[in-house]
Amino acid sequence: MSVNGANPLRDAQDRRLPRIAGPSGLVIFGVTGDLSRKKLMPAVYDLANRGLLPPGFSLIGFARREWEHEDFAQEVYEAVKQHSRTPFREEVWQQLVQGCRFVQGDFDDDTAFETLKATIEELDKQQGTGGNFAFYLSVPPKFFPQVVQQLKKHGLAEKAGSWRRAVIEKPFGHNLESAQELNQIVHEVFPRDEVFRIDHYLGKETVQNILALRFANTMFEPIWNRSYVDHVQITMAEDIGIGGRAGYYDGIGAARDVIQNHLLQLLALTAMEEPGSFHPKALVAEKLKVLAAVELPEDLGKHTVRGQYSGAWQGGEKVVGYLEEDGIDPNSKTDTYAAIRLEINNRRWAGVPFYLRTGKRLGRRVTEIAVIFKRAPYLPFESGATEELGQNALVIRVQPDEGITVRFGSKVPGTSMEVRDVTMDFAYGESFTESSPEAYERLILDVLLGDANLFPRHQEVELSWNILDPIEKYWDEHGKPAQYPAGTWGPVEADEMLSRDGRSWRRP
Amino acid sequence: MKIDLTETTSSKINNALVQARRDIGTPAIGMVLTLVIVTDEENAYDALKSANDASHEHPSRIIVVIKRVSRTPRSRRDARLDAEVRVGSDSGTGETVVLRLHGELVDHAQSVVLPLLLPDAPVVVWWPEASPSDLAGDPLGALGQRRITDTYAAEDPIGELSARAAAYAPGDTDLSWTRITPWRSMLAAALDQQAVQVTSAVVEGEDENPSCELLAMWLADRLQVPVHRSRSQGPGLTAVRLETADGAVVLDRADGLLANLSMPGQPDRAVALKRRDTAELLAEELRRLDPDNTYEASVKFGVERLAAQARQATAAAAPAASGAAAEEATAAEAAAEDADSSDAASSEAAAEDAAKPAAPARKAARAASKKAVSK
Repeated sequence: MSVNGANPLRDAQDRRLPRIAGPSGLVIFGVTGDLSRKKLMPAVYDLANRGLLPPGFSLIGFARREWEHEDFAQEVYEAVKQHSRTPFREEVWQQLVQGCRFVQGDFDDDTAFETLKATIEELDKQQGTGGNFAFYLSVPPKFFPQVVQQLKKHGLAEKAGSWRRAVIEKPFGHNLESAQELNQIVHEVFPRDEVFRIDHYLGKETVQNILALRFANTMFEPIWNRSYVDHVQITMAEDIGIGGRAGYYDGIGAARDVIQNHLLQLLALTAMEEPGSFHPKALVAEKLKVLAAVELPEDLGKHTVRGQYSGAWQGGEKVVGYLEEDGIDPNSKTDTYAAIRLEINNRRWAGVPFYLRTGKRLGRRVTEIAVIFKRAPYLPFESGATEELGQNALVIRVQPDEGITVRFGSKVPGTSMEVRDVTMDFAYGESFTESSPEAYERLILDVLLGDANLFPRHQEVELSWNILDPIEKYWDEHGKPAQYPAGTWGPVEADEMLSRDGRSWRRP
Repeated sequence: MKIDLTETTSSKINNALVQARRDIGTPAIGMVLTLVIVTDEENAYDALKSANDASHEHPSRIIVVIKRVSRTPRSRRDARLDAEVRVGSDSGTGETVVLRLHGELVDHAQSVVLPLLLPDAPVVVWWPEASPSDLAGDPLGALGQRRITDTYAAEDPIGELSARAAAYAPGDTDLSWTRITPWRSMLAAALDQQAVQVTSAVVEGEDENPSCELLAMWLADRLQVPVHRSRSQGPGLTAVRLETADGAVVLDRADGLLANLSMPGQPDRAVALKRRDTAELLAEELRRLDPDNTYEASVKFGVERLAAQARQATAAAAPAASGAAAEEATAAEAAAEDADSSDAASSEAAAEDAAKPAAPARKAARAASKKAVSK
């Protein structure tokens, strides 16, 4: 920071100049995986193409595959060509390829980690990376302890005068206890501030826009409370099944996979109070407050639902049920659909239910936050005139077709007074760039810059498990998942759960 | 969808826009700004193409104002407005209106444009080539928050820069300035890495390229050191050299694509610095619509003052200089001469004037920056 202050070419008024990361490099463990090929490598290229990476930026791949540096470069080249968001440009590639290295080895292989260390030192000399490296653990969580221990053992986790950071992907444990254990393992090696947990939802423009919508405008905040809001529905639906992830998914389920991180983060951003500033500490303090205020329903049986998809026709295709998927135990009780009702105990939200639902093989792929407002207390129209009028709603569409929809009543043209619901739409694609950056671009850049705002802290992870653990425990002890045909919007039980409260699910 | 209107008026054009939107079934509009392009028949096609490409990032209503040349007294008297309305797939992501102004109407373009501006959205006026000398005072320019020119396309680019500085109003900006954003960000990033005191600088690039002058003036203004402007065959900007006590920080781009960054005590590194096309420049320009104070400070620094400072510095260094330094000095002298050659007497005087107040100002700035460091 002091260096930036002294740089005469930097000026706060000069807003054209982008934030470029300082000298640094990225080490990806599990570089042969899907995430790495489809998201990480293209994101690195897109950053370079946008001129946001420092000169000499280096990318080290670590995997078991027997590759030379050239093979790795070729692999990156193909991944970039196929998946990058911005057009491929030879000169950007030339800049990037100079810093591409590959280290072959297993995670228990001491010589491989020594080679990694030597490679890093060599890059410091050749590329001027200054010893600053982020270690991206794109590996199954069971390898986390081993990799971080190896990094510690070989003196890779710290270096005087430069930074070393760890980047980890979900799942952050499968309950509170395992999450704490994982945090302990990672924090033993890396300082708390140098651990970045990726929740790629937080890197999405629409999610960051929740804060802009709420705190940059005046017209929403006055009604953003229990006096006007009837309830909130947060949905993340996928139309795909578990695909090849049987080994990971069975025993974990939809609630642990999605609600614990993505949906509770969306809830926190939707419900939190205004932070004093956008300093990471101020933001995390508000998120923690709201997560700590979350209260579970007393009767978990009535206000939570889990389900499993059964074989059916979905969108013109015949698909098998969860229990018939390859590698799934036919008696599995794992949930592929989960819906829960939460309340937030504070002055702003007391009595306003937050309904969270997620599932696989639902109607379509969509993530949205719907804030449903109360009905007008009195309608001065003739009875019948407002029969088709629903509740006002504000919907933040997170993906796909990012944007915001407002629903309100409007008079139907004609001689009689008749009011019907209409929607007003703001689409990101329409009003801003066609090419907003991918979530991973933003997140990788933030890791290199050391900006922790868009990363859940360990306290947040632990608080979310605190919320979910009792529900999972209840489900383990009571009954089994309800069945719902693939391609529908979930089991009947979920509809009943809302109709008990006199409400119904939105069709997203 | 395309609608041609001859001998028309603004209100008929507005009706045509509403009609066209209805017909293609998208009455909702998400356009964020109105872009007015002031040009002639010859350049309209390219300018519109760039604007349409940029509209993928900034959906906008694009109004192209084409001033037709009248060749006879009769045609000069005959004021007429023809228009072409394009909506949907024919027009990037927004709407396009091409206006052809004939006769006397050429002088009253703002009367046609004003009713066509989007309600409550910012207006940007862009002159792809020739631009009026007083942008904010121009009737069309006065409609915009942001006025974009391109001194690179001017007959006398360097002279044009001085004119821009003289008539600067908040909201003015120039594509020659936009062109150097990647250079500026890379140089700033280089100095982020090493907190060094720059003692002098050289900007090298092709002749008649105002981007080189702007970059040199930016450096001179920010660093408070003499900056030499030297010439090369291009393309565009070719190198920047910042002298420090430990050695030089050099950003060198010989081919217009891939640059080489060398810093004292560090290995050389390749940096992609591609010359960008107009659509990309325009897209960057539309990202921020508030006045660009850094551009103001740089352009107002003054081409003459830049040359005068460089000349003074070389004069002081000349007796002791040898080898490479001497070479640079001659280059700088040549640069200074170039700047003077247009109007030797007056600019010589101006240069002296400019140099005098500059010295105390520089001292003050240094003291200020020292304070900032000690904090």
